[in-house]
Amino acid sequence: MNDATEIHARPKIVGARIKRTEDPRLLTGRGAFTDDRQPARVVHAAFRRSDQSHARIRAIDCAAARAAPGVIAVLTAGDLSDVKPLIAASRMANYHATPILPLAHGKVRYVGEPVVGVIAESRYQAEDALELIGIDYEPLPTVIDPEQAVRADAPLLHEKAGTNVLVAREFKHGDAEAALASAPVRVAGRFRMHRKTPVAIEARACLAEYDAASEALTLYSATQVPGIVSDAVAAALGLAGHQVRVVAPDVGGGFGGKGSLYPEEIFVCAAARRLGRPVKWTADRMEDLTANSQGFDEIADAELALDGDGRIVALRADVIGDVGAYSIYPWTAALEPVQVVSFLPGPYRVANYHGRVRGVATSKAPLGPYRGVGRPISTFVMERLMDMAAAKLGLDAKEIRLRNLVADSELPYKVASGIVWDKSGFHECLHAACAAIDYDAMRGRQKNGRAAGRWIGIGMASYAELTGIGSRISVAPGMPLNTGTETAIISIDPTGAVTAAFGVASHGQGLETTLAQVVAEHLGVRIEDIRIVQGDSAAIGAGSTGTYASRSMVLAGGAATLAAQAVRDKVLNAASHLLEAAAADLVAEDGTISVVGTDRRITFAEVAHAVYLDTVRLPPEARDELAATRTYDPVFGTTTSATHIAAVEIDPETYEIRIDRFVVAEDCGKLVNPLIVDGQVHGGVAQGIGAALYEEVIYDEQGQINTASLVDYLVPSACEIPPLHVVHLESSSPTTLGGFRGMGEGGTIGAPAALANAIADALSPLGIDINELPATPERLFRLIEAAKAKAKTKT
Amino acid sequence: MNKAHDIAVTVNGAVHEAAVEPRLLLADFLRHTLGLTGTHVGCEHGVCGACTVLVDGDSARSCLMLAVQADGKRVETVESLGRIGQMNALQESFHKHHALQCGFCTPGMLMTATDLLKKYPLATDDDIRQGLSGNLCRCTGYEHIVRAIRAVVGK
Repeated sequence: MNDATEIHARPKIVGARIKRTEDPRLLTGRGAFTDDRQPARVVHAAFRRSDQSHARIRAIDCAAARAAPGVIAVLTAGDLSDVKPLIAASRMANYHATPILPLAHGKVRYVGEPVVGVIAESRYQAEDALELIGIDYEPLPTVIDPEQAVRADAPLLHEKAGTNVLVAREFKHGDAEAALASAPVRVAGRFRMHRKTPVAIEARACLAEYDAASEALTLYSATQVPGIVSDAVAAALGLAGHQVRVVAPDVGGGFGGKGSLYPEEIFVCAAARRLGRPVKWTADRMEDLTANSQGFDEIADAELALDGDGRIVALRADVIGDVGAYSIYPWTAALEPVQVVSFLPGPYRVANYHGRVRGVATSKAPLGPYRGVGRPISTFVMERLMDMAAAKLGLDAKEIRLRNLVADSELPYKVASGIVWDKSGFHECLHAACAAIDYDAMRGRQKNGRAAGRWIGIGMASYAELTGIGSRISVAPGMPLNTGTETAIISIDPTGAVTAAFGVASHGQGLETTLAQVVAEHLGVRIEDIRIVQGDSAAIGAGSTGTYASRSMVLAGGAATLAAQAVRDKVLNAASHLLEAAAADLVAEDGTISVVGTDRRITFAEVAHAVYLDTVRLPPEARDELAATRTYDPVFGTTTSATHIAAVEIDPETYEIRIDRFVVAEDCGKLVNPLIVDGQVHGGVAQGIGAALYEEVIYDEQGQINTASLVDYLVPSACEIPPLHVVHLESSSPTTLGGFRGMGEGGTIGAPAALANAIADALSPLGIDINELPATPERLFRLIEAAKAKAKTKT
Repeated sequence: MNKAHDIAVTVNGAVHEAAVEPRLLLADFLRHTLGLTGTHVGCEHGVCGACTVLVDGDSARSCLMLAVQADGKRVETVESLGRIGQMNALQESFHKHHALQCGFCTPGMLMTATDLLKKYPLATDDDIRQGLSGNLCRCTGYEHIVRAIRAVVGK
């Protein structure tokens, strides 16, 4: 065997099931989460939060709190006049921004909004003092129901906006109304996805340290977006960029809930600068459930028209999204609801489309990104309509999808809303999911079970999502912030060790492992030679924001590839002098450079020593610093697609829904680490199951939140999640470097729709539609009772 | 109410004496008084299980226990298991099966699993899932956690 074959046969690092490098510290209690830091002289913040839904603040009495034991400061909005409000800007017409301040100013707009910040020697003392604060509120009319809030005579949450409709948008392609009017088959429904909340097991936390000598702030924060937070802190506090460093250390999950800027982050920074002491705040779970950004929450009136063969001719939708009290920074109130209408046509051919959406302010916690963003709802609506149409046409669920999924030959395909799908395995995913669950046999078993009176259902959902979005598309519509680039800085030090720094911020995705795999592959070193630095705004100057929107592997992986190749070229150049061979004859692997076809070799450590420390072995022109900075921009992004199939059985006495099987076939392009991809899909599906069956944030008519504990807001435990079967189809992306596609969110996008279809299928003998999620036993009970009553009146 | 009480708690084999407020949570005592930050607090109301430790050999939620209640008792935290480079079989299995993502619920999962493996046969995966039902994980969908525990049952 010659060397060339050996190289070819060398197992690839990208694509290998490598155990994660971050695990040992996390498994031994040696992780470093934000709340784990205890700097000298640290003081603790606690917030007195609004218990009013919508009220004017007449007066705040802090005298008793200021005199309480251990209290160092009690601050209201009036005390923080040095903090500039932040505005989530957008180029969209029909958009109204809402200024964001660390503490409520003049008015409160949701239960849980921070009004007063207390800083004390201990968290216990800070919380003691909260109770001594007197706030005189003048209650204002409640703004809770989004359908009421859109009305012209509704009380206003933000007087300056002049409306509660913070954002409105319309997509028109072809003539949907005309096509609907003449179509032989029409199905319609009013769909509702109730509000969710991300519930990372680590609640948010932040710790600001101010160094008076250098006038510099360091904010440790459980955030997904250190780059965005850093810029925002600098803007709010009037600091230069080099005076602010934001570090996201180990972060205990995010799911979008740590992907926005929060008032508490600005507060601890302002307080630390003011007091000259480190200021820490860690949310308790009630604060998390009331004042973290929440997700989804739309009502969609939608109608689908088909021809007699079951081919879609038109789609129409009118969506109201409940965006909560503020337009979140930096994503704006447009992020979630607009995405529902822009993705509604899904992976299907839809020639005529009319989608309209309004994002409406209400007295609830601000809506922000939550895993899937908009697409769990668009998929739920579209996939329900597909099944309703199939039932009307007497077609099988699989068959109607096959007739309408965009064909391979049609890709790239421009969706009616303007999104372009690049090549992705729409049909392959559907076939693979059906094969994995043995779809036809399962239908047979269902038939037998149904004959025996059992409520057995099978539901599927196909979807496509845009991931790894580049600079030509805004992650949030009209947002004037570049989210389309990421930067990598790779350097080799005199010992030959590699440091690779990124602006992305892992909060469970295992980026320290997968990015090391990419660097190792392209640089020619071992994983253990590499230290990945991420989640630190100071590690990367600009061009980086953080981890969100299924972007990190595509963008940071692309930047890693480019930077690693650039450094490898420098290493090979130096090595060619040392080995007296042409650079083209050298290969770098496992930390060694060798001359192809010979036993002449040299280690990275020897090359680094020669470059940096030894002035004799190399001529000056060959002693180029072994470092490179590269930024990658995928320009548009790429398409990730999947089909989910769920098989459920409903207990006719308790209406408990048991998931018997759950299969995902997904195309996320080139897998960097299949172990990690499996984990991401499992976790996403589990959240999709929660969204479909259990999770619901409930505000009552007075705007009080009824789900402020984990006893009331139900996160699935191991007993509610079935074994999950994932099939990977690796049709690599033609448009991204390395062929990667983003895959962090898909599980949550497909699962609610598949489950809704499975439940509706199980209950189809009773003529029941599922158009509201979560489908709790109580909702099923009401639907079934109503269906029974209707059947009775008929007979 | 805030008068300090003297307590002596054996944590991971070492006796710690301290004067603590009666209201101090065991979780806060471990994390902030002793600096053992491996134990995580996820909900402070006994639902998520992230703060699970062993008290006299039985799993307990350190957010629902006061430090004074641990006086005279033996407490084991995640730091009592294997160390980096010398992880125990359960930790190695979690590593091998990718049974953690963000790692925040992991210390509680490990302590609960330690208790389960010691006390129950865990004959089926459903038994493992039942045993984990008091520990929430938001990242993994539990699949890999169940596999990791399955792999060390009876070993």
